Amino acid sequence: MNDIIRTPEEIAARVKALESILIEKGLMTTQMVDRLVEIYETEVGPQLGAKVIAKAWSDPDYKARLLEDATEACKELGISGLQGEDMVALENTDDVQHTVVCTLCSCYPWPVMGLPPNWYKEPQYRSRMVREPRKVLAEEFGFSVPESKEIRIWDSSSEMRYWVLPQRPAGTEGWTEEQLAELVTRDSMIGVGDAKAAS
Amino acid sequence: MNGLFDLGGVDGLGPVDPPAEEAIFRAEWEKSIFAMFSALFRAGWYGLDSFRHGIEVMDPVVYLKSPYYEHWLHSFEVAGARNGELDLDELDRRTQYYLDNPDAPLPDHQPSQELLDFANAIGPAGVPAQRPTDKPVNFAVGDVVRVSIMAPLGHTRLARYVRGKTGVVIAHRGSFIYPDAAGNLLGEDPQHVYTVQFDGTELWGANAEPNTTVTFDVWDPYITHANQSAGAIA
Repeated sequence: MNDIIRTPEEIAARVKALESILIEKGLMTTQMVDRLVEIYETEVGPQLGAKVIAKAWSDPDYKARLLEDATEACKELGISGLQGEDMVALENTDDVQHTVVCTLCSCYPWPVMGLPPNWYKEPQYRSRMVREPRKVLAEEFGFSVPESKEIRIWDSSSEMRYWVLPQRPAGTEGWTEEQLAELVTRDSMIGVGDAKAAS
Repeated sequence: MNGLFDLGGVDGLGPVDPPAEEAIFRAEWEKSIFAMFSALFRAGWYGLDSFRHGIEVMDPVVYLKSPYYEHWLHSFEVAGARNGELDLDELDRRTQYYLDNPDAPLPDHQPSQELLDFANAIGPAGVPAQRPTDKPVNFAVGDVVRVSIMAPLGHTRLARYVRGKTGVVIAHRGSFIYPDAAGNLLGEDPQHVYTVQFDGTELWGANAEPNTTVTFDVWDPYITHANQSAGAIA
C-alpha cells in the first residue's frame, strides 16, 4: 500500500489522472460530475430533513408515522434514496438527547441531510463521541446537556441511517410549517445542538 | 481487521473543532472523487462493503492524516487493480503528467445521456441493502446479549469497543447483506440485524460519563444470548 502523505497538488493530479482514464473508458463524463455535484450542493441537503421535522411538529399523525417508519414517512414528501434506504428518526424528549455518529466510517442519512460535514467524518468526532459525549457536546459544540438527561449515542454501524427529531422550540404555537422549518438546523438533526429558539 | 479506522473510544486525537461554515466540496478534485463513487459502482467495481474495505486497507498513518475524499481514491485504486481495469503504472505516469502540467485539460469526450440519466437516478433510487432470508430471528427486543470477541482479519462492522460487551436488544431491523461476507467478496449471505444498547459503564467502566448509553447495530452472528437470569429472554 501507498504510505505517502500527499500534498494537495499531488492529490489533485492523481485524481485528474484517474478521471482521464475513466473518461477514456467511457465510465464517467465531466457532465456527470457536474450534475452529481449540483444535486448535493443545491438539491439534497438539510432543508429536506427540516421540512420533515416541521411537518412532524405540526401534525401528530405524521409524527407517529415518522417514528414508526421514517423511510416511508419521508417518501410521502418525495424524499428518499441513497444512504437513506432504511432510516430511523429518533425523538428527543425531556429525558433523552439522541446523537448520531459513525465510528467505523462516515455513515449519514443523505436524503434528509445531504452530505456530512467534514468534522463528522474525521477521527476526532468519531473516536470521542461514544466515549465522552457530554464533554464533546459541551466543549466543542457549546451544547450542555444536564446529567439528569440521558445522552444516547447511535453508532451507525449497519445500513440503518439514524437522525434526530429535535424538540419543538417553545413559543412557536401557531407557526406554519415553513416558519418552523427555519428553526431546524443540520446540527439539531445530528444531535449536537438544539433547534433554534423562536425569536 | 483490527484497523486504525475503527476509532470508537480511541483517545488522544484532539478537538473536533467544527467550523461555522464550510463548503460541501472544498476542492475541485473532491467533486470528481464524489462522482467517481457512483460511476464505479455503476461499472461494478465494488459493492458498498468492499468499497469500505478498500479504505480500511489504506496505510493507517495516511488514513489519519489525509483529507476524507482521498480515502475514496485509495479504494478506487484497490478495486481497479483487483478487477484488472486500472493499470497503476499508467495512473502513475498520468499523475506525473498532470503534476507537471496542472492546467492540462481532461481528454475530449462527448456527453453521455446514459451516464447523465444514471446520475439523476442513483440518488432517489438508492442501493437497498435489505435482503430476504430464511434464517430464524434468534433475538427479540429485551434480550440480553453478549457481543462476540471475534477478530476477523478481513472486513467486519464489529467495532472493537463493543466486543465482549453485554447489552440489550432494542430493535430487530430486518435482514441485510452481511458485510463480513460481501466486504470480503464472499457473496451477500443475508443476516438479521438488531440494535443493541449498552450502558456507558459497560463500555468504559468507572470512566464512563454519567447517564450515557450507546446503541450499536449488529448482524446475527455478532451476538449470543447472555446470562439468561436477567429474565429478559422472550
